[in-house]
Amino acid sequence: MSFSQIILELLKGFGVTINIFFITVVFSLPLGLLISFGRMSSNNFIKAIIRAYISIMRGTPLMLQLIVVYFGPYYLFRVQMGTSYRMTAIYLAFIINYAAYFAEIYRSGIQSMDRGQYEAAQLLGYGRASSFFRIILPQVIKRILPSITNEVITLVKDTAFAFTLSVMEMFTMAKAIAARETSLVPLFIAGAFYYIFNYAVAFIFEYFEKKMNYYK
Amino acid sequence: MKVLEIKNLSKSFDNIEVLKSVSVEVSKGEVISIIGPSGSGKSTLLRCATSLEDIDNGSIDFKSSSFGMVFQHFNLFSHWNVLKNITDAPIHVQKRNKDEVLLEGRMLLKRIGLSDKESAYPFQLSGGQKQRVAIARALAMKPDILFFDEPTSALDPELTKEVLNVIKSLKELNIAMVIVTHEIGFAMEISDRIIFMENGKIQVEGTPAYIRSSENERLKSFINSF
Repeated sequence: MSFSQIILELLKGFGVTINIFFITVVFSLPLGLLISFGRMSSNNFIKAIIRAYISIMRGTPLMLQLIVVYFGPYYLFRVQMGTSYRMTAIYLAFIINYAAYFAEIYRSGIQSMDRGQYEAAQLLGYGRASSFFRIILPQVIKRILPSITNEVITLVKDTAFAFTLSVMEMFTMAKAIAARETSLVPLFIAGAFYYIFNYAVAFIFEYFEKKMNYYK
Repeated sequence: MKVLEIKNLSKSFDNIEVLKSVSVEVSKGEVISIIGPSGSGKSTLLRCATSLEDIDNGSIDFKSSSFGMVFQHFNLFSHWNVLKNITDAPIHVQKRNKDEVLLEGRMLLKRIGLSDKESAYPFQLSGGQKQRVAIARALAMKPDILFFDEPTSALDPELTKEVLNVIKSLKELNIAMVIVTHEIGFAMEISDRIIFMENGKIQVEGTPAYIRSSENERLKSFINSF
């Protein structure tokens, strides 16, 4: 198998990797914000539930979470989900896992904001929602962006866990080719793909960080 | 005409009574300074009046007048430039005409002597400049009453002066001002009325001349401590 054939085959898997990556980012970032509100809620019941959820998401392997989300419906409720559920399960597991991490990042950012910002906004007549979205959140995003970048880069590499549910994303594919060809080259090429992808991710996030450097 | 009437206001934090049945009336255009030792309840009174703190007892009646607040630590919005800090609330909260608000914003900047700073961000300003912008931000809302919570306590002496001068210049606007301050000389100079608080109560209240000649022992020792 030639070098270019390996690359072509890996590219197919790379499509799946990118899918998982983008769907997870697009849904877990806003969901994380919502969860952080629950984590900071004055309602103790909501707070306790969210706390437990975050604790489980952070305290157990993502691999196990993938298995639970995929097989859970059948073993817990005897619901047959069909094979099309496989990709959905992967998206779901990644989204709820990453949303938990993002929620904690949002919370740290929101709680680091000076009370005075809220008070000034309140006395200028901004409502709760508009003080949050106009005044608090933009400043929070600037503060937490480096941590978000970290998580997003980890996500690129975590997509490889999709192999747990036998989804042929790039790394699974590389392993298969490597076994067939008895060569490590496919794995190194996959590694290069991850690296280039992450390089681009870091580049884009750095761009946003710089764009927000106009104030301190 | 009254713009604010506070009656028998009480407030406790963790069973410590910080305000003990305090009553204050503010008339249109009146300048009132509140002085007193730390922990006497001055700032809490302002925070209760502006509903930043809930009250335990009593009543606060603004007589349908509006108010603004200037904080000790300025609390400018750091992601917005000076002009945006001043004009965003009139435009987005009060829904006033944008061009008109921007024009007024620039006039306010001229008044506080910071016309050249309209595009600067708060981190590029000195403390005194920040506080002047915070005053302009409050004025842009066209309030009937302006509260100042120790507006110069976070500033160096040189910067204190420029802020006090701006506050003095507001007298002509005929906006009522309630100023919590440790600057006794300034309070004597600017105020129509001075309130001396201690232990959560108003101990002495009157014109600067009355305050200066008061025989109240605590007030005398407080003033002499400066």
